Amino acid sequence: MKNKKRYERPIIKQLNTGLMNKFGTRTEYMPVTHIDGVPVKKLIEDYGSPVFVLSERKIRENFKSAKRIFETRYPKVQFAWSYKTNYLNAVCNVYHQEGSWAEVVSIFEYKKAIQNGVSPNKILFNGPDKTNEDLILAIKNDSPIHIDHLDELYRLIELADEMHKKPRVAIRVNMDTGVYPMWDRFGFNYENGQAWDAINKIMASNKLNLIGLHCHIGTYMLAPYAYGVAANKMADLALGIKKRFNKSITYIDMGGGFASKNTLKGAAQIGADIVPEISQFAEAISTSLLNAGFETDDLPYLYLETGRALIDDAGFLLGSVISNKRLSDGRRAVIMDFGVNILFTSFWYNHKISPAQKFSHYTEDCVLYGPLCMNIDVVRENISLPPLQSGDRVVVHHVGAYNITQSMQFIALRPAVVMIDMEGTPHIIKSSETVDDVEKNERMPKHLESFKL
Amino acid sequence: MKIRNNVALSDSGFLFNPSSGDSYSLNETGLFIVHCLQNNKSEDEIIKEVTKEYMIEKGSFEKDFYDFKKLMESFNLID
Repeated sequence: MKNKKRYERPIIKQLNTGLMNKFGTRTEYMPVTHIDGVPVKKLIEDYGSPVFVLSERKIRENFKSAKRIFETRYPKVQFAWSYKTNYLNAVCNVYHQEGSWAEVVSIFEYKKAIQNGVSPNKILFNGPDKTNEDLILAIKNDSPIHIDHLDELYRLIELADEMHKKPRVAIRVNMDTGVYPMWDRFGFNYENGQAWDAINKIMASNKLNLIGLHCHIGTYMLAPYAYGVAANKMADLALGIKKRFNKSITYIDMGGGFASKNTLKGAAQIGADIVPEISQFAEAISTSLLNAGFETDDLPYLYLETGRALIDDAGFLLGSVISNKRLSDGRRAVIMDFGVNILFTSFWYNHKISPAQKFSHYTEDCVLYGPLCMNIDVVRENISLPPLQSGDRVVVHHVGAYNITQSMQFIALRPAVVMIDMEGTPHIIKSSETVDDVEKNERMPKHLESFKL
Repeated sequence: MKIRNNVALSDSGFLFNPSSGDSYSLNETGLFIVHCLQNNKSEDEIIKEVTKEYMIEKGSFEKDFYDFKKLMESFNLID
């Protein structure tokens, strides 16, 4: 019996030379069959489909590279891992092993960091929602508290008075950096004097120990100069505090927001072509701080809460094709077993997607849908891919940031998360959800326990 | 199902319809089917030929074949 050839769905494609189309040109030339040396096929067989895969090697490489880039430009640098970006304990611990502190924005994340073993004085407590109970815990633990609004400031002064402790605090500052929309929702504004007002209140109260200044100028920032502007304004505040109150600020926290190489929807060019290198952000920040006029022995620490730029490209989502069909307008639709429920970032990114098996050089313009019985479940509106058939596997790139933490248990259960270690061995770091997991906190009133149909 | 006899086809899967002036590109399986059509094979014969040549079940191929046929019709390439 002769060996049969590999089958590919028959395709006929009309050639429209020179015309623009919304599907773009073909981008995939090679299948992605392995991640860190482990076959995609085996990962799916062992852990199911879909499955998130994280590369420990890439996470460590990214961190070491960013640390080196900043430390070669500025003498006092401290990274704090942004828990909201990806707070799986195994992920956090990789960063903590590399020397990163923790940056949290809720008591939930704060407790996670404590449970991971982070020393409480190395947990930066951000966020607008901190209850008195949360603040008391943070004060007792001597964690740096980043004040977001005046109500929090007044409550902190009261609590400090009651507890006879001087909490270590920073204020969050928002400002015009020349980038729009301006992020003025969090913290105190620099230009209209709110920031100085908060500083004056803190210093006048003598109940709080102002050790830092914090800002976070935006997310997926494409303009390094904006960080230079922000660092100038932060330095101006720090130097002003020194002059007015003879008080040295221990640190300036520049937050996060460095863009990853993902492509934003509506962007004319792909992310890899337009996203600045971390060195460009580092150059802008360090140049501003070093030239601001600090005394050499009074130079503040530079804290960084970089999240997505450190982990996005270390995360992959492996999935399978459920079916494909033709839509009423002739477009090809491919239905995947993952959707916006677990790939939340597909609402704003055009994720790169590669087939995980051999394919010919023919492509089809198609729409990628997820498995949810909801119209919003569109992973890619327009993409040119080789003909995919039921059971084929794909790899979605750059999914390490914000997907695992924002994934929803909506219609389908959330999948397992696997981390491939430095030796190429996969480890489950989060099991796939079960119905019992989801129903664990549900309670049934007695009168609703039974029914007859 | 019969392909228009004035359609020009290259070995690499380039198809030209002189009636409309449109040109098309076929992948290997598509080219295989068009060759069968040019040899006046029936639909059943095409299904048999493809499942003999390629690693595909009859049921799965029929679905793709139906879709391919519809596209050929919409391009006015078959009568």
